[in-house]
Parts: sequence; structure tokens; C-alpha cells
Amino acid sequence: MQYILLIYLLIAFGIFLIPGWLKKYVGIMLAFVQAVFFVFFFSKISEVANGNSISTILYWIPQLGLNLEFSLTGLSLAFALLITGIGALVFLYAAAYMKGYEGTDKFYFYLFLFGGAMLGLVLSGNLIQLFIFWELTSFLSFLLISFFHKKETSRKAAFQSLFVTAFGGLLLLSGFVLLGSVAGSYSVADWVTDADKIKSSGLYLPGLLLILTGAFTKSAQFPFHFWLPGAMQAPTPVSAYLHSATMVKAGVFLLALLNPVLGGTMEWTYIITLVGVITMFLGAYFSITQTDLKGILAYTTISALGILVMLIGIDTKLSIKAAILFLFVHAFYKAALFMVAGMIDKKTGTRDLAKLGGLYRFMPLTFVISVLALLSMAGLPPMLGFLGKELIYEAKVQSPGIASLVLILGVGGNTLMVAVSMYFMFKVFLGKQGAYPKLPNEKGWLFMFGPAVLALLSLLFGLSPGVLGDSMVEPAFSSIRKEMIDVELKLWHGFNDVFLLSLLTVALGMGVFIIALTKKQFLVKWRGINRRVFTIKFTDIFVQVLDGFLSFAARNTKRIQHGYHRFYILTVILFASAFLWSQVYITRNWVLDSHFSLNPFYISGLIVIIVCSTLYATLTQSRIATIIGMGVIGYGISLIYLYYSAVDLAITQILVETLIVVMFVLVLQRLPRFAVLSSRLTRLRDLMIALTFGSVMTVLAIKALHVEFSHPISDLMVQNSKVNAFGQNVVNVILVDFRALDTLGEVTVLVIAAMGVFVLLKTRKT
Amino acid sequence: MNSVILQLAAKYIRALLVFFAFVALLRGHNQPGGGFIGGLLAALSIVYYSFAFDRQKIRKQLTIKPEGYIALGLLIILLSFLPSIIQGETLMKGIWISIPLYPLEELKLGTPLLFDIGVFMAVIGITLLFFFTLTKSR
Amino acid sequence: MEIFLAILIGVLYTAGVYMVLRRSILKFIIGIIFMSNATNLLVFLASGIVAGKPAFVDDAVKNADNIADPLPQALVLTAVVIGFGLVVFALALKLKFFETTGTDDLDQLKKTDN
Repeated sequence: MQYILLIYLLIAFGIFLIPGWLKKYVGIMLAFVQAVFFVFFFSKISEVANGNSISTILYWIPQLGLNLEFSLTGLSLAFALLITGIGALVFLYAAAYMKGYEGTDKFYFYLFLFGGAMLGLVLSGNLIQLFIFWELTSFLSFLLISFFHKKETSRKAAFQSLFVTAFGGLLLLSGFVLLGSVAGSYSVADWVTDADKIKSSGLYLPGLLLILTGAFTKSAQFPFHFWLPGAMQAPTPVSAYLHSATMVKAGVFLLALLNPVLGGTMEWTYIITLVGVITMFLGAYFSITQTDLKGILAYTTISALGILVMLIGIDTKLSIKAAILFLFVHAFYKAALFMVAGMIDKKTGTRDLAKLGGLYRFMPLTFVISVLALLSMAGLPPMLGFLGKELIYEAKVQSPGIASLVLILGVGGNTLMVAVSMYFMFKVFLGKQGAYPKLPNEKGWLFMFGPAVLALLSLLFGLSPGVLGDSMVEPAFSSIRKEMIDVELKLWHGFNDVFLLSLLTVALGMGVFIIALTKKQFLVKWRGINRRVFTIKFTDIFVQVLDGFLSFAARNTKRIQHGYHRFYILTVILFASAFLWSQVYITRNWVLDSHFSLNPFYISGLIVIIVCSTLYATLTQSRIATIIGMGVIGYGISLIYLYYSAVDLAITQILVETLIVVMFVLVLQRLPRFAVLSSRLTRLRDLMIALTFGSVMTVLAIKALHVEFSHPISDLMVQNSKVNAFGQNVVNVILVDFRALDTLGEVTVLVIAAMGVFVLLKTRKT
Repeated sequence: MNSVILQLAAKYIRALLVFFAFVALLRGHNQPGGGFIGGLLAALSIVYYSFAFDRQKIRKQLTIKPEGYIALGLLIILLSFLPSIIQGETLMKGIWISIPLYPLEELKLGTPLLFDIGVFMAVIGITLLFFFTLTKSR
Repeated sequence: MEIFLAILIGVLYTAGVYMVLRRSILKFIIGIIFMSNATNLLVFLASGIVAGKPAFVDDAVKNADNIADPLPQALVLTAVVIGFGLVVFALALKLKFFETTGTDDLDQLKKTDN
């Protein structure tokens, strides 16, 4: 399986190598590749049925629990089939849609890489690895949303989505790390084994909340839903692929994956169900007042994601079954509808509902496809959507605890779904001919192929649901619930409560739809109410919080990074002296055991000379005098080295000092005189600080004299110097033999400094 | 600076300094000296010489430019690693050969000496590059 | 004598810090030289100093008890040479800065930093 991901990566980069005359067919070729992978995964169905899984593990940093684990379970297979299957259709569609845009190479590169990243995500058996792919999808989504990067709205929307999903991704990672510390591993399999240990630990709730937030941001759950409508700035193939069928379902995938580990508790059920049901209702509620075709689809996608999350939260056999089924249902109809919407946009030049209408005259085939997809969305027979909805109702009736709330909001949401499906159909395809910028046609089979296949699948699976149930739903179910079940899907469930609820939903939905269609002011007023009631606009809050944070950071930076070099140094020195003095104070119990002596007198005299020249060099206003003082200090110190047995050191110091003095003198000719820049008070302050630091260093030096050194390393070097390294001068032997690597480093530093000087002064104004 | 005395002295002192530089380099393993000291001395000889004459002219007269010295030095350093790699020893382990020179003591030559020569060259180059770029007149 | 040397180190540090806090960049560089001298001395002093017994050995020497410890010497030697590189690089920066802005005042650095 890892090879598939590798192939994805290679092909993605290979896109740039495709010669010009083949560019037209890139989309079709990539679609073919995706289709091949689809067939590959399809052939694996029998192997993962019955809850089996195919796993491989590549050891990466096993000490840290970081391995590359790939495992193909029923659940990941279901996702993999969606990713490759819908991927193939989307690439076909993109081949038609992207014609005439600039930078299609880049587009295909991102989109294909995304397919690989998403596959990597669903195949991950290690949570850190999953996180990496997770962030990769967020990042590629960002790049794809900002594909039309010359539009400001695109850039803003892309940034927003990246910010929200990457923020959630970080929370997710912290959740993984938190619970990983309990389980002692990041492997999903280990987590499943240790599920009870994780659930009973004190870190369970914080870990759960972090992971859930991560999943909710990715799957656009309330209150993080706002980035998804913005993401519609992306080219339509992206919306169809990333923002309806695959990426946004990563959150759902994660919840399903971790259901055996974290599920089955009150917190899990209540939080997820509630968030899901609220999202579902709000999504449906806002969808009906949209005027943009893709806007409607975006909000209904949010609603559908809410349903999926809610079903996983309810966490009964039936609800999981419903969730898996609905996953397919939604992917089929939503991808089809997105493609249709994009096609309408292309052919008529507008996506505005007010300007559309009567399109069935020009696009009869599209009309049929859309009707099928919309029926599925509304949950009407004989489509697959009907089955999905029935199962969902059944699951809701059974949902523990908050069943009534779930049921009321659920029926409300579905009612609006029915209404919006009908409304979409009538406003776009029926009625009077709209005032579109150009007259549409239906040319281009590439446009039609994808939506047609998906709509037909919706119909076929609706008529004979057993196929889907056996091949997809059952394996996925057994990998989530870790138990076997015979999933039987039927179109007709009998005349029961659920059917009554369905009837009620349809009736109410039709009512809302008819009102909306006949009374023109109805939706306008509704929009007005929405504006007034829902004054909170999430995108605005997002922008405000971000701006506030940025200006806060800017203010702080200005205060801390004021740009006065002296004060940076001042701070460093003050803190250093404070720490050193406090350390001196803490360890004050030591006795000075060496006596103050001035023997030998010539060294004492030398020290007095050095001190005097130091003071002179510091206080004089003459530049030459300063440098001469500096030289005296250097030569004096080298004499000290010489007296105390460091011959090589002394010679080096003398030579270096000579060179420094020479260079200073030469440079000085080109520099201005010292000016008195600081006031007397400043100088006094600096003197106090300098004295504080200097005195602590003196104390430190005296203290250091009392440390008893053992020198095993020096002993070793002294022993071996003559015997093994054939050198009597130990210092030199250390430099060129024992620690030659350090000397090499030193030479490298000098070479870099020389290059720096050379480059700095080379490009001089003449 | 066109002092004849200085120019005359500079020629001899340069020769002397270069001689001492080589002495310091070669005896460095047993007595004070070594690549750093030798390199600095050799560089100083040129620095001193250039005081008596036109600096930029001196720079142009150098047979090997400072950059060349650096490159040569680094190359020799790398060369000194080769024997240890070829013999499969730890990198930078000193490898020695001894050449008998009767009636004198045998002469021992080893990669550390080569390494020191590399350092010597590099230090000359670095110091001269510092010197000539910093003092280049506008 | 060690204590007197320690006082010398303190004086050098005091002068170094005082110079480093000046606004003139040249003084700043000189301050750095003072401080690096002081630090070299500190390391040298702290490792224990012995007069007149340099680290030259023959086959018989078995430990470093009777001679000056060669390791800190090698360490400080490296530090001296690197300090040389640092100072020259700082000088070059300073030259460039002066040529670009025409001032020696560190506080002016703030304004060109945009």
C-alpha cells in the first residue's frame, strides 16, 4: 500500500514533465490512474470483509513510537474507493472544466497530490502519521482554494480555511499526544487494545475534547462551519472532490476510526450528537436562503456532515450502519450536483439563482441527472438517498438520551432539505428562461460523464441496495464496531413510525417549497430575519480575533523589540549579573584559602600596567590612544600566558594582537572621531552596571580557583602525546591530532568570517 | 609611505619572518609553534612588507591570491583525512610513516603534519583576505 | 597572585561592559575585545595556573599533575583565533555601516532597520 502513495507522489511530480502537446489530456490520464487504483482497491473487498485488515509496518523511529503503519480495513477501504472512484470522475470533469485556465499543471499537481494525501490519511495505522497526512490535506486544500490567487476573496477564503483546519490539526495532535501518553503508543491497533485504559484515565476528557475539536474543524461542524462556504472560491472540481466527497469527511473518518477507542461514553455520545444535530439543522436552514448555486450546495454539505457526525455520536449499531450508508449517498449526489453546478456556471456564465431558470430546454440530459441527484438529496424513493434517510430516522428514534431533540431538529433539517432540493430544481431548470449572460449548450461528454455515473449509481443502488450493503457497508461496519452483522438494506421498510416521519417530512418540505416558490417576498423576508436574528457572523468574528491578535503582537513586539541595541545588551548584562550574584549568594559558605600576594613582583607590575591601560583606553577620547591601550592589554596578557607555562598560547596572542592593532589603525583612518554621545548620567548608570558585572566576575574567578579539578582527559592526552602521536608539544598535538575535528571547525569558522568580510566590503561604491 | 630605509628593511625582515614561519610550522609538533602560529607569522610578513610599499600592488603581485591560499589549505586538510579513510580507521586518526635518516634520528611524517600545513595555508589566506579587504582604499 | 589576576579579570570585564554599552560602534567592538580577553583569562585561570612548567612531554610522563594542563591552553588558543575572526568581521560590518549611513551612532541603526 505504501507503494501506491509513492506512485501518487511520483506521478504528481511527473505532471510537470508532460510535454506541451499532451497537456490537453493530462486530466484524462490522471483520471485513468485513479481508476486503476480504484480497481485495485475494489479487488481487495473480499480480503477485508469479515473485519479483516491488511497491514504493513515500516519502522521509522520505533523508540518514539513513530512508525509508518498502513492498514486497509473495511472503513478505510470504503473511503479509499470514494477517493479513487470519485477522484477518477472529478479528473475527467476537470479535464473539461479547467480548459483555458492558466497554471493547470499546478492545479493537477495539487489535486493529484491531494488524492495521495487523502489516501495516506485513511490508510494510516499510526496517529502521528495520520496527523501528517491530515495537515497535508489542509495545506493542499489551501493551495487549491487560492488557485485563483489574483482574487482577494479567494486568498481570504483560502487563508481562513487553512487557519481553521490547521488550528484544529494542532489541537488534534495535542490530543493524540495526550492520549498517546496514556496508551504508550500511537498505533491505532494499540489504542483499540488499550481502549479501557484510555477511557478510565483522567486525561480522557481533555484528550477527547482536543481530538473532537480537530475533527469538527476539518468536517466543518458548528461553530467552525464558516470556512466551508468560503472554500467555494475554489475551482468547482475542487469543491466536488475536496469539499464535499473526501477531505471534509476526514473528520468523520477519524471519529469512526476512534469510535472503538473513545466511543461508548456519555461524553462521546452527547458532545458529538449535539454538535452534529445542530450543524445539520443550521446547514439546512441557511442553505435555503442562499442565492449562489455553490452556496446552496456548500450549506447542504455542512448539513450532511452534521448528519454523519451525529450518527457516529448516537453510536448504536443502526446509526453506524446509517452513517456508512449515508457516506456513500452523500458522496454520490453531492459530487454530481457540484459538477452540474460548475457546468451550469461554465455554460451560462452565472451561478446566481435569480438569473437562472428554464434550463431544461437547453440541457435536457443535465436536467435528468440533476433530478436524480436532487431526489437523492431530498431523500425520496427510489433513490439511495431515501434508504439513507429512512435508516437515519430509525437511528434517531433509537438514539439514547436526547432522542426528542435530535428527532425534532432532524425532521426540521430534512424538511428544509426537501424544500431546498425542490427549489433548486425548479429555479434552475424549470420556469421561465432566465437572463443568463450566454446561451448554454450541452456539448462536451467530459462534463456529463461524472455526474451521470454518480446519479445512475444513486438510482441503481437505490433499487438494489443489497450490492452496496454486502460489499461496502458490511466490511466498514465490522471494522468500526469490531463485530459482525448482516447488513440488510431494503427500499421498502414497511408501514411504520419511520415511514410516517418520512411522509411528514416530505409534506412539510413541499409546503415550504411551494410557499417559497409562489410568494416571492417569502425568501427575501426570511433572509432579512436571518440577518437580524443571526447578527453574529462567524467569519467576521474570525477576522476580528485575528486582527486583534496581530495588533496585540505588534504592540508587544514594539515594546520588547524597540531597536535600541544598547538596551538589549543592558538587559542581558543585568539579568546575567543578577543570576550570578544570586548564585554567589546561595553558595556563600566557602572560605578563601589562598592568600593575596603580589609575588612575583614583575607579574604584579604587569597587571598594574594592564589595569592602567585598560582604564586609559576606556576613558580617553583619542582613538589612537584607545587602540594603543588595547594593544598594551593584549601584549600584557600574552606575557601572563607566557609566564604561566602557555607558550603557544602566548605566541598566538601576540601575533593576533599585532594583527588586530594593525587593522584597527588602518580602518581608523576612514572613520570619524569619537563623539561624546551619552550624557553624564547615562555614563554613570553604565558604569554602575559594568561594575556590578565586573565584580561578580572577579568573585566567580576567585571561586573557580577553589574547584578541585580532576583531569583524566588531560592525563590521557599527556600520556599518549609522545607515545602514540609522536609529538612533545601537547598543545599542538591536541590541536592537530586529538581534537583535529575542532580545529577543522575553527578553520571553517574563520573561512566563513573571511568570506563574510570579503562579500561585505567587495561591492563598494567607487 | 615611501621611506627607503623601511623598504630596504622590509625586504630582509620579510624573508626572516617567512623563514621563522616555516620553522614554527615544522617544529610545532615538538616545540612551541604550529600551523596557527606559522600561518600568522607568514601573513604578518606580507602585512609588514605591504606597509613599505603600495598595498594593492602587493596584493596583485602575490603569486597565490588569499582566496587561493584558503582553497589550498582546505584541500590539504581534506587530503590529510584520506589515509585514515583508506586504511579504514576512524576518520582523522593520525597515520605515520617513518623515514630512517642515518646517522640522524629517524624522520617521522604523519597526517597531523599535513593537517597542520593545511591549517597554515588556510590561516595565511584568511588573514591576508581580512587585511586586504579591510584596508582596500576606496 | 591568582587573586590579583581575578581582580584584573574583573577590571577587564567592567571596562568591556562599559564600552559595549556605548553608542559608538567602534567602542562597542573594543568592548568585545576586552571581554574576550577577560574570558580567555578566566578560563585560563580557572583551570589552575602553574609557572614555568609548560606542557612538553617525553615518553616517561604519565599524568598532567606536574605540568601545566594543556587542554585549557588548546581551548583558549582556539578562542583567541576565533575571537580574531569575530573582531575583524565586526570591523568589516562597522565599516560597511559607516559607509552606508555616514554615522558611528548605534542608535541610528534603529532607523535604517525597516
